[in-house]
Amino acid sequence: MKKALTTIAFGLAAGVAFTGVAAAQETLQQIRDRGQLICGSNTGLSGFGVPDAQGNWTGFDVEYCRALAVAIFDDPNAVSFIPLSAKDRFTALQAGEVDVLFRNSTSTMSRDTSLGLDFPAINYYDGQGFMVNASLGVTSALELDGASVCVQQGTTTELNLADFFRRNNMDYEPVTFAQSVEAVEAYLSGRCDAFTTDASGLASERLRAPTPGDHVILPEIISKEPLGPVVRHGDNNWADIVRWLHYAMLEAEEYGVTSANAQELRDTSEAPGIRRLLGVEGNFGEMIGLDNNWSFNVISKIGNYGEVFDRNIGEGSPVGLSRGLNALYTDGGLQYGHPIR
Amino acid sequence: MASVVDQAPPRASLIYDPRVRGFFFQGVLVLLIGWMAYEAVTNAVENLRAARIASGFGFLGQPAGFDINQTFIEYSAAASTYGDALVVGLLNTLLVAAIGIVLATIIGFAAGIARLSKNWILAKVASAYVEIIRNLPLLLQLLFWYNAVLSTLPSARDAIELAPGFYLSVRGLSLPAAVFDGRAILILIAFGVGIVVSLLVRRWAKARQAATGEQFPIGLTMLGLVVGLPVLAWLLLTLSGGTPVTFDVPQQGRFNLTGGSQLFPEFVALVLGLAIYTGAFIAEVVRAGILAVSRGQTEAASSLGLKPGQTMRFVIIPQAMRVIVPPLTSQYLNLTKNSSLAVAIGYPDLVQVFMGTVLNQTGQAVEVVAITMAVYLIISLVTSFFMNMYNRRIALVER
Amino acid sequence: MTVMTPQRSFVRTASEEALPPPRTVAGPLAWVKENLFSGPINTAVTVLMAWFLFWIVPPILDYLFFSAVWTGQDGSACREDTTGREVGACWAFVIDRVNYFLYGSYPADLRWRPNLFFLVLAIGIVWMLWLDAPRRGLGAIYFFVVVPILSYWLLAGFPAIGLSNVPTGVWGGILVTIVVSAVGIVISLPVGVLLALGRRSHLPIVRLVCVIVIEFTRGVPLITVLFMANTMLPLFLAEGITVDRLVRPLIGVAFFASAYMAEVVRGGLQAIPKGQYEGAMSLGLSYPKMMYFIVLPQALRIVIPGIVNTFIGLFKDTTLVSIVGIFDLIRTVESARIDPLWSAPSVNYSGYAFAAIFYFFCCWGMSWYSQSVERRLAASEKR
Repeated sequence: MKKALTTIAFGLAAGVAFTGVAAAQETLQQIRDRGQLICGSNTGLSGFGVPDAQGNWTGFDVEYCRALAVAIFDDPNAVSFIPLSAKDRFTALQAGEVDVLFRNSTSTMSRDTSLGLDFPAINYYDGQGFMVNASLGVTSALELDGASVCVQQGTTTELNLADFFRRNNMDYEPVTFAQSVEAVEAYLSGRCDAFTTDASGLASERLRAPTPGDHVILPEIISKEPLGPVVRHGDNNWADIVRWLHYAMLEAEEYGVTSANAQELRDTSEAPGIRRLLGVEGNFGEMIGLDNNWSFNVISKIGNYGEVFDRNIGEGSPVGLSRGLNALYTDGGLQYGHPIR
Repeated sequence: MASVVDQAPPRASLIYDPRVRGFFFQGVLVLLIGWMAYEAVTNAVENLRAARIASGFGFLGQPAGFDINQTFIEYSAAASTYGDALVVGLLNTLLVAAIGIVLATIIGFAAGIARLSKNWILAKVASAYVEIIRNLPLLLQLLFWYNAVLSTLPSARDAIELAPGFYLSVRGLSLPAAVFDGRAILILIAFGVGIVVSLLVRRWAKARQAATGEQFPIGLTMLGLVVGLPVLAWLLLTLSGGTPVTFDVPQQGRFNLTGGSQLFPEFVALVLGLAIYTGAFIAEVVRAGILAVSRGQTEAASSLGLKPGQTMRFVIIPQAMRVIVPPLTSQYLNLTKNSSLAVAIGYPDLVQVFMGTVLNQTGQAVEVVAITMAVYLIISLVTSFFMNMYNRRIALVER
Repeated sequence: MTVMTPQRSFVRTASEEALPPPRTVAGPLAWVKENLFSGPINTAVTVLMAWFLFWIVPPILDYLFFSAVWTGQDGSACREDTTGREVGACWAFVIDRVNYFLYGSYPADLRWRPNLFFLVLAIGIVWMLWLDAPRRGLGAIYFFVVVPILSYWLLAGFPAIGLSNVPTGVWGGILVTIVVSAVGIVISLPVGVLLALGRRSHLPIVRLVCVIVIEFTRGVPLITVLFMANTMLPLFLAEGITVDRLVRPLIGVAFFASAYMAEVVRGGLQAIPKGQYEGAMSLGLSYPKMMYFIVLPQALRIVIPGIVNTFIGLFKDTTLVSIVGIFDLIRTVESARIDPLWSAPSVNYSGYAFAAIFYFFCCWGMSWYSQSVERRLAASEKR
């Protein structure tokens, strides 16, 4: 008996050791104390966030996490990644398990206002689309009457899908799965005629097919999906850091500052915008509680927005997405870095 | 236990009085539970308010907005509510459980008896089945059936035609659906009459056998009545004015086989996985039950001249059932509860639909989890109730 | 019985000629005849079964061993179009990912810590399970007190002695499967004993509470308990207090296992004759002393097989934590098999086969142990 009680006491003690008090401290201070950033990432989406055999993470969103780590610690490896499914992600963030979510989450009003979340920036403008097997000869989503569609549960995707078919008076058979992976697997095995998710996700998931060329992405985009990082509501300084990290990377691309020429431009450039961006003039880093070199470090160690995009998901990469809506505003896109001044 | 000594306590301190101690400990327990409940409720209310999540069961009446592929009641994203989604999920769970239980019982009894067979190779095959299946997690088996076996079937366009109108493909099994017109109710009535009459005949035959020892071919008679009467009704109706039953045969559509009725692969994988897994446990229950019947019974039956099959049927199984039924009940309950693993392979059962989609869309975790658990509890209680009734009926009646 | 037919009486006067002795039933041939071909039905069954085995066993062996691929760098080694032959299991994939299956994303340079944890745990298990081991009382303290603390320090970190913190989010694979099962058993055994005692208590409120907890938990599926732990636990705690995402399902699993353990232990308690209780009470032992010295040692001993069986169930049930997003073995297999680098049809089955082999040998080992204990207990009963 006594032994049993002791055990329970120890069990409780161990349990208590695992629980922590989160919101009491500022997020940035917690990260500094801990010595690393904890980033909520995808469970595996090629090009956006995926671990390799050694557990090294790569991808567009992953590089944003690394950029954040560089901004804070000047070390791209001072970050650990927690893979989160669509269902778990917000609970994990609210519970303080992760400092920030970088896993293509759609910003919506209800999430922003009623789940205790904030969407500081949009690093990828997207919309929901369909992928079908090329051999079906389908060229438009409007031809999908009577099709089976694989979809992931617990996302806005499932509701958009129902809306789309209802709006167009078409029939379909939904096959829903808790994990995106399972939905893709089912689609690839022929269980469904079409797979639906964000268009960027389609391009990435297509890579799982034995021959990606057999699958076409239909032109219709049936929803707006502004994807971006998510932080907890209430810590404005932390939201500022995440937001301005994104803008700094956009500004760098606009000014033509790359990881290759950042050092050179820092030493030689006379342009006031570049000098402010690279921390030669002003003390913008201090304003958000970081070192003044923060954006220089980010750009020289990680790169600007265009570099990160091209390297991971751009047309030269296996995912092969065009910039489209995510081109800089100067090229007709929506990405518009706010001035650092 | 301690209350045994409370007869005549000589003047001892109150703290040694077991009754006082009992009151004290129970008081502490009540306070502790009350405090925990109070903390949990106030925190939950506070947290829900902070996150601005609605509470109460009003969401059950709100439109669902998502679709489900396998539904037994009228359901559509546009017109149905979250409450309808709950009913759809529950019916799907019950269907899987019912079919799974029947199949698992057949597999389990067959394997359990086979394991005791004198045929060495049959006994070993049955043992191997039981040992392998029992030692692998059900989730792994379901994933195997769904992702490894059923997903390798041909696509809907190259569906295998098993028999005219029966197509097997990666989309599942398509089969002709019977369509009844208004007069078909007579067939149903004939079926009901067949059951009632055959039950009466059985009663009479039993009474006669008890009185005179003469046997009556009861099995054949019952089969004839239950099958024959509806067939007769169908024949008469057909002769009097065209067939009352037509068949809707699946047709090759643009994407899928359309028409007919369809067994989805998720359903097949789940039923198959559950039946094979639970069957292995039932086999062990059956084997233990049969071994519990003493050898003398077999020997006595043989000496009365009963054949081995008759010995099994009339002597061993009825006695073994008394040992078998209680653990069999818990296996049935396990199967029903395990059907919740549907969530891993995308079958729209209660957990997948309600705790998955509805929970995510509404965010009302407390209500959704409470409803789901309550439903499973009710299913458990009802099943236990019926099995206990059956158990009482077959229990040894002692003078 | 009622009808008497007139019978002619017959009295044998000479003895019947003796029948020849039965043919000896020794030797392999006789055994085969007796066990495989004793009659037409038996023969048919034998032939059917032999055909079934012939149909199913060689392809499996071929798949697992003979046409399996043992070496390779990526999926092309396991595809028919690149290798130009029938390809069986892709063990090259499992070998490539074995560290991921073992530790998940646990930092590579710190993997000695999980290894040491496995060792610490193995010592505890052997000490507990080996019935003739020396100082088993000490072993129980080691298993229920020392192992949990040491494991916590080793795996999660203890900066004061130089073990850096490792967030539970990067734990994975077999490590997590073992951690979940180990925590399940360490918590469920004592809690289960308490619940079982409570259920047999004479105090009505205690009994009622225990009955409700046990029957409620046993009436719902584990997955709903896990969902509850995952989504509702954070709600019930005061603002700002968080529970680690691995700990939430751990609480669910431990809670669930406790209820089942309680019923097993109750079976043992009921098997103890009333005389034992009465004897203990007549010696003037208090309730805790009576339980600790007299009843529980006997009750727990006879339910060892039941406990091990519950533990096998628990071990298999740990796979369900993958549904709530914990990277146990199943989840790591699921996430590794979709890697485009290793895209090949046989990779899927190879991942499952690896998991199946792991689970089979663990569960089979435990059930073998439980049966041997059962035999041992039966032998002591026979005396």
